[in-house]
Amino acid sequence: MNSLILRSVRVEYGGCAVVSGVDETLMAGDWLCLIGPNGAGKSSLLRALAGLVEFSGSVQLDGSEIRGLGARELARRVAFVPQEPVLPDDMSVTDYVMLGRNPYISTFGRESARDRDIVASLIAELSLAMYARRMLGTLSGGERQRVVIARALAQEAPVLLLDEPTSALDLGHQQHALELVDRLRRAKNLIVVSAMHDLTLAGLYSDRLLLLHQGVGVARGSAHEVLRSETLAEFYGVSARVIHEQDGTVVVVPQRSHGDL
Amino acid sequence: MFVTPRGGRGTWWVLGGLTVVVAAVVGLSLGPAGPTWWRVPLVLLDRLPLLSIDSGVTDAQWNIVWQIRAPRVALAALVGAMLSLAGASYQGVFRNPLVDPYLLGVAAGAGLGATIAFAVNRDATATWPINPVPVAAFIGGVVAVALTYTVGTAFGRSRSATTLVLAGVAVTSLATAAQTFVLQRNNDVVRQVYSWILGRLSSATWGDVRLVLPYIAVSVGTLLLYRRVIDVLRVGDDEARALGVNVNQVRIIVVLAATLGTSAAVAVSGLIGFVGIIVPHAVRLLMGSSNRIVLPLSMFGGATFLIAADVPSRILTSPAETPIGVVTAFFGAPFFLFLLRMREARQ
Repeated sequence: MNSLILRSVRVEYGGCAVVSGVDETLMAGDWLCLIGPNGAGKSSLLRALAGLVEFSGSVQLDGSEIRGLGARELARRVAFVPQEPVLPDDMSVTDYVMLGRNPYISTFGRESARDRDIVASLIAELSLAMYARRMLGTLSGGERQRVVIARALAQEAPVLLLDEPTSALDLGHQQHALELVDRLRRAKNLIVVSAMHDLTLAGLYSDRLLLLHQGVGVARGSAHEVLRSETLAEFYGVSARVIHEQDGTVVVVPQRSHGDL
Repeated sequence: MFVTPRGGRGTWWVLGGLTVVVAAVVGLSLGPAGPTWWRVPLVLLDRLPLLSIDSGVTDAQWNIVWQIRAPRVALAALVGAMLSLAGASYQGVFRNPLVDPYLLGVAAGAGLGATIAFAVNRDATATWPINPVPVAAFIGGVVAVALTYTVGTAFGRSRSATTLVLAGVAVTSLATAAQTFVLQRNNDVVRQVYSWILGRLSSATWGDVRLVLPYIAVSVGTLLLYRRVIDVLRVGDDEARALGVNVNQVRIIVVLAATLGTSAAVAVSGLIGFVGIIVPHAVRLLMGSSNRIVLPLSMFGGATFLIAADVPSRILTSPAETPIGVVTAFFGAPFFLFLLRMREARQ
């Protein structure tokens, strides 16, 4: 059973803490969504978990500190999709997804038949087969997002980190992308940690929300517990209505101030 | 869209190698003196084991082919392959299409070294058993890069690619200033230095080939081994790191390997511009940007290009020599513009 345990995680840039005192325990299949206003520390926390920025405190993956893992070892356990992934225009979809196999290919080696099989089956699984030989520059936003997720999955890591996975997508594609992540985390028992701006979608898909404000976790729990008008007013400075639907969905609707704000 | 490398990347290695061989035969066949051009391929076949062909080439003519043209062709192949592969590698690890093999100050350092060697190379060094110019150029190039590297990485945490490049710019200015100063005080060597800067293969000997071969072999081997990892860097430092690449380490190894080979090439051939930028770009225009294919094909393309450029360089103004740097730019620039235009038209 995979587990990801964060204890007193703190990230500093130039002596100034952007994340501090974050504690979380995640088990295989859990989806934690980080929410909070711009600059709250969501991305920094994800980058710390991906080993891209220094942090203090402890992050344990299956009982071992990620700080002690080499880059390749970490990449086999944690896959990271940044907010704006770089997709070289003239790289083919297959070659791009194959990048996700890098942690398994020796520095001077080349991909094995197994690597190619994994990439081909992921491409099929994510309905990308017809694009396999297309160049990334020719893909639409929704297709690009699927390709990026396919690359992350090619790492076969038990932990998937997504920074604003839907920010560049229209409503339909947002739903498709999140449904896909949801289906995959259940099928592959992944631990998913994502940062999201759309609070309704965040509450709809994740098991748990962690509201960050100035780097500190100020509210955590289910959508019902975290998404409250007074909480949002306090930390986002927004006047919003929170509607609890019968099916359990929590809908956040910003309210128009009619010029009183 | 691009000529797709599917169906075996190995095919491109074979084709690339064949292109170099064809260029080499052409390079050996043409020249102001020596046997009629069509006899040269015959005599080459004759020299192969198990083959005997009456080529009608005299021993004196064979000497011209083997002692004068062959080292030139070999050196052109080595230098062209090195500069072009180094250029492609620099462009890959810095993700900047405009950087060239002289980026970290190799050119300016080697230029300074050569200038000093020319300035003191009066009567005192005339009797030396080895020509001090290549040695001085090599030392100058390596010292300049070592300086760039030391300065560029001295700023602790901000050790970024940009810092290194900026340090290269500063070291280049410094070395160029020093070179100008030395030249001003030694007016009589201006012509020699100038012709060295334009690059030449005219004085190539088998000794030059032996001198640079080990450095270039190590450099080429290292760069080719890293071509897959350099390709991973195309998605940016952060993502490459998240994919398990030790980005800083790879960049340093690649830069040092490329620089070592470049210094050796510059030491024997002077500054041959253009090859390190134009050849990799021509390859990219034709084949797409995958470094796994761009690196080896740039190497073959660079060798072919420089062997070919050396032919007009010895024939055009015969018996005088046209500097090869002039030829590469004169033919390379229009060719590159043609490729660029072709691609625009295709899109």
